[in-house]
Amino acid sequence: MKLPRLTLPLLLLAAVLVLFGWMFSGRESHVGHVHGPGDDHAHAGPGRPIGKSITDTGFAWPSADDFHRTFTLRDYNTRVIFAGVSVLGAAGGLVGTFLLLRKRSLLSDTVSHCTMPGIALAFIVAEAAGLSGRSLPVLLTGAVVTGVLGMLAVAAIRARTRVKDDAALAIVLSVFFGVGIALMVIVQQLPSGNVAGLSHFIYGKAASMTGSDARFILYASLVVALVCGALFKELKLLCFDGDFARAQGWPVTALDLTLMGLVVAVTVIGLQAVGLLLVVALLIIPSAAARFWSHRLGVTLLVAALVGAGSGLVGVAVSALFPRLPAGAVIVLAATACFAFSFLFGAERGLLVRMLARRAITRRVRRQHLLRALYEHCEARGDSPRGLLNRAVNLGELQAANHWSSGYLASLVRLGLTEELLLPGSGDAGLRLSARGKIAARKATRNHRLWEIYLLQYADVAPRHIHHNADEIEHVVDATIVNELEELLAARHAGLGLAVPADPETPGNPTS
Amino acid sequence: MNWTSFDTWIVVTGALICMACVLPGAFLMLNRQSMLGDGISHAVLPGLAAAFLLTNSRDLLPMLAGAVVAGVLTAAITQAVQRYGQVEGGAALGVTFCSLFALGLILIRVAADRVDLDPDCVLYGSIEIAVLDVSAVPRVTLLSAGVLAVNLLLAAVFYKELRLSAFDPALATALGFNAGAIRLGLTVVASITTVLAFESVGSILVIAMLVVPPAAASLLTRRLHVLLGLSLLFAGLSAILGHVGAITLPPLIGGWFGMGNLGATSSAAMMAVTAGGFFLLSWMIAALVRRRERIQAGRRPGLPADLQTP
Repeated sequence: MKLPRLTLPLLLLAAVLVLFGWMFSGRESHVGHVHGPGDDHAHAGPGRPIGKSITDTGFAWPSADDFHRTFTLRDYNTRVIFAGVSVLGAAGGLVGTFLLLRKRSLLSDTVSHCTMPGIALAFIVAEAAGLSGRSLPVLLTGAVVTGVLGMLAVAAIRARTRVKDDAALAIVLSVFFGVGIALMVIVQQLPSGNVAGLSHFIYGKAASMTGSDARFILYASLVVALVCGALFKELKLLCFDGDFARAQGWPVTALDLTLMGLVVAVTVIGLQAVGLLLVVALLIIPSAAARFWSHRLGVTLLVAALVGAGSGLVGVAVSALFPRLPAGAVIVLAATACFAFSFLFGAERGLLVRMLARRAITRRVRRQHLLRALYEHCEARGDSPRGLLNRAVNLGELQAANHWSSGYLASLVRLGLTEELLLPGSGDAGLRLSARGKIAARKATRNHRLWEIYLLQYADVAPRHIHHNADEIEHVVDATIVNELEELLAARHAGLGLAVPADPETPGNPTS
Repeated sequence: MNWTSFDTWIVVTGALICMACVLPGAFLMLNRQSMLGDGISHAVLPGLAAAFLLTNSRDLLPMLAGAVVAGVLTAAITQAVQRYGQVEGGAALGVTFCSLFALGLILIRVAADRVDLDPDCVLYGSIEIAVLDVSAVPRVTLLSAGVLAVNLLLAAVFYKELRLSAFDPALATALGFNAGAIRLGLTVVASITTVLAFESVGSILVIAMLVVPPAAASLLTRRLHVLLGLSLLFAGLSAILGHVGAITLPPLIGGWFGMGNLGATSSAAMMAVTAGGFFLLSWMIAALVRRRERIQAGRRPGLPADLQTP
C-alpha cells in the first residue's frame, strides 16, 4: 500500500479523534448558547437574520471574560460548534478541490440556490401533512431532493441542448431560486406562519446553533471527508484524465455523480452554518487558494482542508465575540484573506514566486546574450578560441552587429557590471570582460554552439533556422544536457574538450 | 381574479425591465459570461453599502454609482484573478463575488444603526410595492422604459461590434475594433441594467432575464437578430404570464390541497419561473423540429450520418 493514499485520511482521522476526546471530556458543562448564562448581550444572537436589527445598539467590544470563554473552549457547546464548522470547512475544501479540477466550481453556486425550493416545499408539505415544518430532517431532505434535481437539470441541459455550460448553470440557478422565492412567499402566508426558522438557511447562524445541530454538521462533514479520502485514487483519475479512466473501465459517470452528490451534501450540511448564499464559498475559495501551493493533489487537498477548517474557526470565534457580525460572512472573508495571501505568496504558483522566476530567466537570457555577443565580437576580430578575449569592444559596433536597441544595450551593460562580468570602468570607451566574464562567455558560447551542432546533425534542422532554435532553447539547457551533448559529439569531434567549438553557421567550418 | 390598475403597472414595468435585461444578457450569453449576472447581483451589495456609508443618503445616484463601481470591479477582479493567478474562470468569479457579498453583509451589519438596507429586498425585490406610487405613471415604470430605450439604442448602434466581438474576438481585434473594450462596455451596461432593475424587481428576476430568454431563443434560431427578437418576445410574455400566475396560482393550489385561502406570491419570482417555462417549451420545439428534419431526410434516428442510407 502506497503512503500518499493513506496519509490524508489518516491525518484527518487523527485530528478528528483528538477533537472528539477534547469535546467529550467535559460533557457536563453548560449546554445551550455559545455565551454563558450570565452573558448580558448574548440575546443579540450572533447569527440572527439580518435586516431586522436596525435598532440594535452599536458595536460592543467583548469583555475579557468573553475572550477567555471563547478561546479556552470552556462551554461544551462552543466546542461542538468549533469542531462542527471546522470539519465542515475541511470537507468543503476537499470536495471543492475535486470540483475545481473538474472545472465546475460554479456548479456549487447553482446547487446551493436549488436547495431553496426544496426547503420551502418540505415546509409546506410537512405542514399540510400535519407535521412540524421546522423539523430539520424534513427540511434538509427537501433541500437534498431539489439540490439533486437541479444538478440533474444542469447535466441534462448540458448534454441535450447546445446551450453552453455557464448558461445552463445560470438558467437552473435562477429558475429554481425563483420557484424557491415564490414558495417562500406562500410559506409566509400559512397559518403556522413566520419563516424565521427558514431564514437561518439563507444567512446561516453558525455561532448560535444548538448542540444537536452542530453535532449533525460535525458527523455529516466527517462522512463527506472520509468518502473523499476513500475515493481519493478514483476521484484523482476522474479529475486529471476522465477519458483514460473510462477507457480503463472505471465507472466514470457514477464517479461523477458521486462527486456531485458530495457537493450537494456539503451544500446542505453548510446551509445552517453559513447559509445558502455563502456556502458556495466554502467549496470554491479554499480550493482555489490551495492551488497556489502545490501541483500535487494530496498537498493541495490538505491545504484546502486546512484553509477551510481555519476559516471556519476564525469565523465562529469572531462572530462569538462580536455577536453583530454574521458568522457566514466572517468565515468567507477569512477564506478570502487566505486566498489573497496564497495568490501573492503561494509557493508554487503565487504571483511573487512566478514573478521572481520570470525575472531570473530574463536576467539569464540577457546575461547569455551579452556574453556570447562579446565572445563572437572578439572571435570575429581574430582572437583564438583559447585566446584572452582582452579586446575593448566598441558599444556602437556591438549594438549594430546584434540589432539591439540602445535601451536593451544599456540594460545589458548594467547587468554585466553588477554581476562583475565586465571590468569596472567599461562603458562608453569600450567593454572589457573580467576574468569571470571570460570564463562565462566561453561557456555560454560553447553551450550555444553545442546545441546548434546537435540540431544540425541529429535533429535535421535546416542550417538557416538553427540559430533561432538554439537561441530559444539554449537558455534553459542545463548542465546535464550539455554533458550528454558533449559525449554525443565527442566521437565526431575528437579533442573538443573544454574548448569552444567553431561556429557551425560559418561556411567552411568542419561541422557545417 | 381581481385586476386593478396596479396589476397593469406591474405587468408593464416587469415587461420593460425584462426586455431591458435581455439585450445585454444575450451578448453575455454569447460571450460565455452568463454567470456574471449572478456574480454582479451578489457583488453590488458592498457597493450599495459603501455608497450609503459615504453619502449617508439613499438617493438613486450615489447608490447607482456604488453599485456600478462594484459591478465593474467584479468583472475586473475576476479577470485579474483569472489572468495573474491562473485560476479557472468560474472559480475566479466565485471567489470574487462570494468575497464581495460577504464584505457587503458585514458592512451592512456594522452600519446597521444607520443603514436601512435590507439584503432581503435586494434579493427578492418588491415590484408590488414599487408601483404603489401616487403619480399617474409610477417612477419605476419610467425608469424601466428609460433603461430599455438606452439598451435598445446601444444594441442598435454597436450591433456590428457586439456581434463580431461575441463570435470572433480575435477577428474583431484584427479588424481594429477593440474586442476587450467592447466586452468591458458590455459589462458596464449589464451592471447598470442589473442595478436599476434591482430597485424594482430584485436580483432573482435580473439573473433569470439576463440568461433564460436568450438561451431559450438560442435553441430555436442561429441568427443573432432573430435571437434578440425572440428573447424580447419571451421576456415580455414572461412578465405578463408571470404576474398572472403569481396572482392566480396560489389560491388555486391552496384550494386543491386544502391549505386555506392563499394570497398572491412574488410576481418577480413567478416571472423568472415563467421564463424557465419558455426555455422548456423551446427545448421541446427544438427537439421536435430536429426529429422531423431527420425523418424527412429519410434518416433513422440514432445512427451517425456516415452510416445512414440516403
